[in-house]
Amino acid sequence: MANGSLANEVSYLEYQGKHKGIMGWLLSVDHKRIGLMYLMGIMIFFFVAMTLGVMMRLEMLTPGETIMKPQTYNSVFTLHGVIMVFLFIIPAIPAVFGNFMLPIQIGAKDVAFPRLNLFSWYLYMVGAILAIVSLFIGDGPADTGWTFYVPYSIRSAQNVSITTMAAFVLGFSSIVTGLNFVVTIHRLRAPGMTWFRMPLFVWGLYATSWIQVLATPVIGITLALIMLERFMGVGVFDPALGGDPILYQHLFWIYSHPAVYIMILPAMGVVSEILPTFSRKDIFGYKQIAISSLGIALIGYLVWGHHMFVSGMSDTSRIVFSLLTFLVAIPTGVKIFNWVATLYKASIKFSAPLYYVLGFIFIFSIGGLTGLVLGALATDIHVTDTYFVVAHFHYVMFGGMGIMFFATMHYWFPKVFGKMYNEKLAIVACTVIIIGFNTLYFPMFIMGYMGMPRRYYDYLPQFQGWHILSTVGSWILVSGIVFMFGNLFYALLKGPKASMNPWGGTTLEWKVPSPPPLENFDEIPIVTGGPYVHDKATYIMYPSKEGINANGGVKTVNQEAAL
Amino acid sequence: MTEHSEVMHQGESHGGAHVHRDDEGSKMAMWLFLFTELLLFGGLFLLYGAYRFEYADGFKVAAADMNSFIGAVNTIILLTSSLSVALSIAAMQRSQKKLALGMLWFTILCGIAFLINKYFEWSHEIHNGIYPGGPALENMSNGEVLYFGLYYVMTGLHGLHVIIGLIFISVIMVFISRDKITSTNFQKLENAGLYWHLVDVIWIFLFPLFYLLH
Repeated sequence: MANGSLANEVSYLEYQGKHKGIMGWLLSVDHKRIGLMYLMGIMIFFFVAMTLGVMMRLEMLTPGETIMKPQTYNSVFTLHGVIMVFLFIIPAIPAVFGNFMLPIQIGAKDVAFPRLNLFSWYLYMVGAILAIVSLFIGDGPADTGWTFYVPYSIRSAQNVSITTMAAFVLGFSSIVTGLNFVVTIHRLRAPGMTWFRMPLFVWGLYATSWIQVLATPVIGITLALIMLERFMGVGVFDPALGGDPILYQHLFWIYSHPAVYIMILPAMGVVSEILPTFSRKDIFGYKQIAISSLGIALIGYLVWGHHMFVSGMSDTSRIVFSLLTFLVAIPTGVKIFNWVATLYKASIKFSAPLYYVLGFIFIFSIGGLTGLVLGALATDIHVTDTYFVVAHFHYVMFGGMGIMFFATMHYWFPKVFGKMYNEKLAIVACTVIIIGFNTLYFPMFIMGYMGMPRRYYDYLPQFQGWHILSTVGSWILVSGIVFMFGNLFYALLKGPKASMNPWGGTTLEWKVPSPPPLENFDEIPIVTGGPYVHDKATYIMYPSKEGINANGGVKTVNQEAAL
Repeated sequence: MTEHSEVMHQGESHGGAHVHRDDEGSKMAMWLFLFTELLLFGGLFLLYGAYRFEYADGFKVAAADMNSFIGAVNTIILLTSSLSVALSIAAMQRSQKKLALGMLWFTILCGIAFLINKYFEWSHEIHNGIYPGGPALENMSNGEVLYFGLYYVMTGLHGLHVIIGLIFISVIMVFISRDKITSTNFQKLENAGLYWHLVDVIWIFLFPLFYLLH
């Protein structure tokens, strides 16, 4: 492709196209720039929601009113949830690093629909602005919890409509990104990039994108119905008119349970990228990990009822949902065992991303196993709506997806910005984060088990010791996070230049310059082997220089690789 | 893989945009989008099913109030418009630009006729006080209230899709008249056709559920 070479002399960060300056970003359809724009938005909202979380912990330092009134507390935990779930956890890895790395990892110049990609970012921003606006206008922010359960969400005098509208728009943005990725993975893989030669991050994104496409519309209509109920009183969820609130919960969780796999699958994909790189070894059980992503996505559709064990369901359905919930543990276990087996007899290089991954495996295993406590009917009834649940989902969401987002930032930082960060400080930050994390959330398991209910601004004096410990944990965690971001920002400004492949990675993004040029590749490469082969080259980066015609030659190269 | 190479060789660089044409990918995206639309309505069909089961009597009483003649006319109108949009694609493939545009005009007229009928239907009901929070609903049973609630939500959302479909087709007509859609490059037209068929298919389910099941 000759006409791409001019644009390829400078990196995507420096490239000057039709539009200059800030417009060159806001109107850019380049997947890398869009990824970075997502990163900007996501970081801002992460800090907003984190601040809200710290405020909640501060309120819980002493029984009774510490820094806020109950109504404020209700709004704060609602916004903390809405912002974290819809603006950070769901889009963080797919929209930032999926956008950035997916096309490069499959050997493409961009996603299938670049303009749609930009459109999706604008939808994200509109949704984000709506969420922020709901804070300041009308009767104050929503106080329903991020689940918007009826009938309270219909009756509440707060700004529930705008917040649900925000979630609706963000859902649409998520659908558009998912649709784009599915088509990209189907249509734009480089010659020789067969399904089982795709990096496992791409597999994770593929499973995620299907969930985004097939589950999000359900929450769309459900949230739209909440708005209609509020404006017109249609009655479908209003018990006074014969509507059934339990049906709302079903519709809500039909989306929102698969959504937890939207959150975790890309993170698991990154684990499968980082481990082989720092183990200097092919990943153990490639196909099993790839298929288990699809397995999790599939089973994840059928378990929503476990959020409603005490809401009112027949015993038969509760037993079926409980059994199906246990089944999710199987593909998840397959992944964990394969990851650990990858480390066995490997020449491990302990770098910051690997520290995060090891922290992830430890924390996520706790989160996963306590998930079984909640999935089992008898124990669930004991701990429903207590801090045990809060601890569990923070272990899997923050400990799983959040910690992996930090790992991802460290792993791909040199590629995205072309700079290196201070490795030692990064490891210190990681250690502080993991200590702070466990100090913050582990006491919640104990409190929950002892009966501390969630979503209250007040508590009985006997819980205070644990609450103080937990609040201190939040301070440790936040200082670790601030330290980590400080280290990365310093690297961004003053860090030494990164080489093309600082970690010795084997996937395609490590075969292009850091930061990558506008069109990623001078020539579409030809793939001749698996993604994690360390001892021989599995990509032909300049097929034409080696006399291979991409059209005619692909077959021969493939046949060669198959032998 | 060979198909893929063709795709990439048509690639061009326009000020940082990697514009390439991939009809197969475009069609795939459209089908995925239609899936999401089906799931959007799926939530409503689920509610309909659940409430019909719970309030079978109320639903029967309420459905008797509907004018199945207008419903049937609207069904015929939409089915005919689906035919005309398909014919327009066939005409485009044979390079008959005028015929293709004519067929799309006909489709748009059908869509507008559908909306006009719907308007009269709705205003009739509203005139009788049958609307969410309306005076007539106060004396009705829960089943009837939910029936009309769902009726307004589902046909309203469907009507919104008819309007979106009409806008989609109008944009496509502009493309055709500017020769951006030709006999070798008609995927956008086909996508608009697919969308219009979706609008039609959803109506085919709405019609019996609200008008015929007494």
